[in-house]
Amino acid sequence: MAMQTVAQSESKQINYLNWKTTVASWLLTYDHKRIGILYLISISLFFLLGGLAAALIRLELATPKGDLLTSDVYNKMFTIHGVLMIFFFLIPSIPAVFGNFVLPLMIGARDVAFPRLNLLSWYFFMAGAFLATVALLRGGIDTGWTFYTPYSSSFAKGEVSLAIMGVFLAGFSSIFTGINFLVTIHKMRAPGMTWFRLPLFVWAMYATSLIQVLGTPVVAITLLLVAIERSLRIGIFDPQLGGDPILYQHLFWFYSHPAVYIMILPGMGVISEVISAFSKKRVFGYHFVAFSSLAIAIIGFLVWGHHMFSSGQSIYAGLLFSFLSFLVAIPSAIKTFNWMTTIWKGRVHWEAPMVYALGFMGLFVIGGLTGLHLGALATNLHLTDTYFVVAHFHYVMVGGAIMAYLAALHYWWPKMTGRMYPQSWAKLSALLVFVGFNLTFFPQFILGYLGMPRRYHSYPEEWAALNLLSSAGASVLGFGYIIPVIYLVWSLKYGRIVTERNPWGARGLEWELVETPPDPHNFERTPIVTRPAYDYGHPEEPTGFVPKPRPVVVGGKDG
Amino acid sequence: MSVKEAKVLEREPAPTHIEHEGILGEQFETLDQQNNAYLIGMWAFIVQEVLFLGAIFAAYGIYRLKYLHEFTLAHKELDWVVGGLNTLVLLASSYTMARAVRAAMQNKHGRQMLYLTFTLLFASVFMFNKYIEYSKKYEHHLIPGRGYDAHTIVEHAEHKELLEPLPDGNYKLKLETEKIVTPEEFKQRTQLFLGFYFILTGLHGLHVLVGMTVIGVLVGRAYIDYKKRKPVADYMPVEMVGLYWHFVDIVWIFIYPLLYLIGR
Repeated sequence: MAMQTVAQSESKQINYLNWKTTVASWLLTYDHKRIGILYLISISLFFLLGGLAAALIRLELATPKGDLLTSDVYNKMFTIHGVLMIFFFLIPSIPAVFGNFVLPLMIGARDVAFPRLNLLSWYFFMAGAFLATVALLRGGIDTGWTFYTPYSSSFAKGEVSLAIMGVFLAGFSSIFTGINFLVTIHKMRAPGMTWFRLPLFVWAMYATSLIQVLGTPVVAITLLLVAIERSLRIGIFDPQLGGDPILYQHLFWFYSHPAVYIMILPGMGVISEVISAFSKKRVFGYHFVAFSSLAIAIIGFLVWGHHMFSSGQSIYAGLLFSFLSFLVAIPSAIKTFNWMTTIWKGRVHWEAPMVYALGFMGLFVIGGLTGLHLGALATNLHLTDTYFVVAHFHYVMVGGAIMAYLAALHYWWPKMTGRMYPQSWAKLSALLVFVGFNLTFFPQFILGYLGMPRRYHSYPEEWAALNLLSSAGASVLGFGYIIPVIYLVWSLKYGRIVTERNPWGARGLEWELVETPPDPHNFERTPIVTRPAYDYGHPEEPTGFVPKPRPVVVGGKDG
Repeated sequence: MSVKEAKVLEREPAPTHIEHEGILGEQFETLDQQNNAYLIGMWAFIVQEVLFLGAIFAAYGIYRLKYLHEFTLAHKELDWVVGGLNTLVLLASSYTMARAVRAAMQNKHGRQMLYLTFTLLFASVFMFNKYIEYSKKYEHHLIPGRGYDAHTIVEHAEHKELLEPLPDGNYKLKLETEKIVTPEEFKQRTQLFLGFYFILTGLHGLHVLVGMTVIGVLVGRAYIDYKKRKPVADYMPVEMVGLYWHFVDIVWIFIYPLLYLIGR
């Protein structure tokens, strides 16, 4: 305790958290680190709201009868869950929080290329979130997150147009972030930080940004067209008015399938960082992992039709889309095998981020492989619109993306806050999430195989046991998510103070050259990079960079 | 010497930008880096715009194939002369914009202000023509929505002998091929065409208005630079708005033939 007070008084150095503390200094900040924190707080809120809706859904499904929610309220619940989780949590999660916070640090930049645009994108996000929340408060909507026409444009009651405008604004927030990161990665790299010295998280963010810039505008205009059809009754998508609902599905999935990769690619980048840092080994096959991110982004634009196998799309288109969907498995497998070979013969440290990362690998592999069942035309006809689909995409989005998000949160938390959370609690919660997740969603694969359809609030008796198991698992999963919220918030005040730059002994500019918590200007001077990323082969030389004179900083471990 | 310069001098022996003090953003090392970043950013934004509008063009193409007869008859309501005039006006505005960018690069603030004002003027002419076109559509009840009525299209097409009312109340559309539709179908599908017309030209007009606002700000800045006889000003804002403006023009170059000309 005495040690802590000493450290505290010594760590009076200026950092990005304490150099200005007014509310305005946060709300009008151009600092990428603070904007990252703003995103972290806002999306955490939507994660909790979306999680609450999920809890109600699982509670309803615990029994076969529709006894808790009417079918109408149930429809609104899964719409709230989907809209909040996808547009207001998953899509901004890793890119907007950790992309903002660590990407400029990783490449040795003082900030992103366009700091004002960065802040603007947060305001767009908040405006969109506000509209969506108002739409949900004013009675909610029951279209599902996909807003399928003609239901959404001609029949659905409620504030569909308002929710659509909310998603539209959030979409532009995502586009601005994408443009910002693309330019940042192209132009803001420190001298010597060549493309193949970039950490793999940066490669993943580059691929993600490409999707954000190329995909999001299409869904934005498509949703705008739905709102126009709703208000003016022009028959763009409603067949009764002369429109074509299949066109809506094409335009919608042209973005929304790549959007899945907006969610998972940054997660894959995080896993590369974490696996390498806690195996103390360079990522195996660096170039392959880097290019597999780009491959996923590019192939990801050519597979949207696999959402429409049973929508009346031509069988030849279906064949082609099925084949292309299988191609995505190749870069995904390259990544997985390379992570495994990175751990192989590494010095594995079982810290909390590593446990989360291993959880990601287990869940992502199941999610990815069941994607092949759905990508095959014949099995898809049997499984489409069943709980098999629900389980599959939750394995990828929750088991994959959120596990990676939690890994990232635990990995960079000491750098962001200067505090360490209790490791044993963190590992316990990682275990709870892994077990609870499998209990929740593995039974849904079986239910889907048995034919239980999505989006119903009641079901026949014969599926009661598996559904009960799933709901029980959801409560374990819920605990797994609540515990980190508690100990992370707790750690802000009571956690062990971290003053050393590199508590994990990891490689990378953000660990080796940036103070904890970072200085408002990130680096004392622009670094010059001379070594590749993940340069773990030189234990006698602590940093992978040219040693350079720097002023004595009060509060460092040796200060 | 400021910290910023010290950092630059450390690795770059030729900091040509010292006279540009105050232009360089805090996050950048050199002016070159900043200018390139702005250019890439603007191009990425334009790519984004292409996909944003591209989705509507794609949908328009699909429905034009599907409802060729109805779309062809409906598009004859558009005034190709005014549209053509607007094309020329926008091309002229692109020319003056290019001259403004050139003047900005040469730090000729007076000339820059003049050319920007001309650009603004052409843009206003464009918007005025747009207003005339739109109000004509309003008079003919051709605004999509509750008040939409296809009878003007029917009358004009009948007059040109492209449409023939059948005894059972349906319409026979006579182009190179013939097609029979109900009045309700005819109304919906011509409304769809006008819907595309208003969405495309409306979004384009919105872009013109945004461009006009920004150009207005640039005129003000150029005026201040001119009054202060500033030897060097940052030309990048003009360059970026120029890129945007040429993009908005090119969108019109696609809209004009696709909506006004094809099938005339």
